[in-house]
Amino acid sequence: MSTQTGTIPSFDHAAAASGRSLWQLAWRRLRRNRAAVGAAIVLGFIGLMVLFGPLLSPHGYAEPHWDRISDPPALATGHYFGTDSIGRDLFVRTMHGGRISLMVGLIATGVALLIGVAWGAIAGFVGGRVDNLMMRIVDILYALPFMFLVILLMVVFGRNILLIFVAIGSYIWLDMARIVRGQTLSLRQKEFVEAAQALGVRSRVIIWRHIVPNLLGIVAVYLTLTVPRVILVESFLSFLGLGVQEPSTSWGALVSAGAQDMESAPWGLFFPAAFLAATLFCLNFLGDGLRDALDPKDR
Amino acid sequence: MLPRYILKRLLGAVPTLLILITIAFFMIRIAPGGPFDEDKALPPEILANLEAKYDLDQPLVVQYLRYLGSVLRGDLGPSFQYTDFTVNELIAEGFPVSLQLGGTALLLALVFGVAIGTIAAWRQNTRLDYALMGSAMTGIAIPNFVLAPLLILVFAVYLGWLPAGGWGGGAAGNMVLPVIALALPYMAYVARLTRGSMVETLRSDFVRTARAKGLPEWKILCKHSLKVGLLPVVSYLGPAAAAILTGSVVIEQIFGLPGLGRYFVQGALNRDYTLVMGVVIVIGVLIVVFNLIVDVIYALIDPRIRYE
Repeated sequence: MSTQTGTIPSFDHAAAASGRSLWQLAWRRLRRNRAAVGAAIVLGFIGLMVLFGPLLSPHGYAEPHWDRISDPPALATGHYFGTDSIGRDLFVRTMHGGRISLMVGLIATGVALLIGVAWGAIAGFVGGRVDNLMMRIVDILYALPFMFLVILLMVVFGRNILLIFVAIGSYIWLDMARIVRGQTLSLRQKEFVEAAQALGVRSRVIIWRHIVPNLLGIVAVYLTLTVPRVILVESFLSFLGLGVQEPSTSWGALVSAGAQDMESAPWGLFFPAAFLAATLFCLNFLGDGLRDALDPKDR
Repeated sequence: MLPRYILKRLLGAVPTLLILITIAFFMIRIAPGGPFDEDKALPPEILANLEAKYDLDQPLVVQYLRYLGSVLRGDLGPSFQYTDFTVNELIAEGFPVSLQLGGTALLLALVFGVAIGTIAAWRQNTRLDYALMGSAMTGIAIPNFVLAPLLILVFAVYLGWLPAGGWGGGAAGNMVLPVIALALPYMAYVARLTRGSMVETLRSDFVRTARAKGLPEWKILCKHSLKVGLLPVVSYLGPAAAAILTGSVVIEQIFGLPGLGRYFVQGALNRDYTLVMGVVIVIGVLIVVFNLIVDVIYALIDPRIRYE
């Protein structure tokens, strides 16, 4: 008997992780996907523009030019994207607004990713009472009046751009949690989970190594849907006067201001909307590329 | 097993809603400002009379218990802003409008979204796929407050085919534009989710088996794959249905519709406490019900899913 014990093959996680890991494979496949690589390059370019674009213009984002109200785009005046209804340069404002929108998008989506995936995977995998309790908390948070949360946060902590990130992030992870939990309920019954359980793998390890990797496809797709939602929620808050404060701005705020004068000064809508749309398109293709790259069946 | 589960969940809805009402009540009250704040401050005597009329002079806990008692009797209280109406009346008036609009939009979004997503997944990484997903992304990127005026400009002002706004007692012509504006973003979401999950499903072993035994392609798509592939869409639909059926502020304002959505934002900005609470309760009930339906549908599409 005692000589036999040494030969029982044990499941060694360190050995399983060496060789071609999921992430190495995914990275290799992602680089081969032309749409995804192109999207990443354009996104990088937009990021650089947003960070350094204002240096290319002689104007500031807050200074009004009373003699050039609603000017059309022209190279001669240095207003590459024209000016808005109080003569502020739209090129610099679009870049400045991009910083806020991209930051809101990234931070709130990051929160949705971390909390939403962990919450949903744990609720779905553990099941029973824990699942019931966790998902009822999500139900309650869904129905709570979001605007009062924002107003309360502002009263307690003062007006602060970081608060908008926190407020949106605290609300945007709920959908992710529900979707992840739904997938986990189905994954939990699959043979490979049963096999892992039979081998005595701990629940924490099963969730992290077997459930989460199988969720990544749909998570990647949903993340690309979350970024535009966050940017639009932010613009809605700004529209109500609860978001970014003038003269600071965001893409959402610029688009909603531009939409009001879209017949007389269409450039006010066009340029911020084009940047917003380009960003979302690229995220879409990058997300699909990620999804394909992370699919274990697609070798 | 399932009927017992449904019964358990329905019983569980009572404490869920109670907790929701409690948190929402105190959150709304703690927020600064009051329903009688005006540009010109009211004389203190009038303010005191008003507050006494609505019990606002009582301690918060007493107000809470009284409110809870009246909610249990089915009375959501008087509105502070629409002084001639009770919250029950306002909701009874606005909810059918939102329901009709939202229900139609939801159906539209679901049918077209699933169809578009399935076709895109079936022809993955072809031009058709890129074109469909590109337009879906456009639908997501264009905010409501841009899309709705554009639709009015084209179809009502230039072409003159449809009315620019108004409810008209729910006439079909008045419904077309708001339903489209409401449905498009949801349709795009559903299409993206369907495609993502169908791409994965179409690679699974059972689809390969179905192909190997020579089943026609439409049968593989519609009968075998969609059942599994719709799982994330179903998850998304629970909260989305609650949101779409309680109306959209933006759409209602632009098209001048008497729905429920505007009450939420107006009520919040005016601190119309009872009106906001009424809408919160409606949303809460819808969410509890839809998420229960979603969980039941999970068990129907994937019989392996168990809830114990």
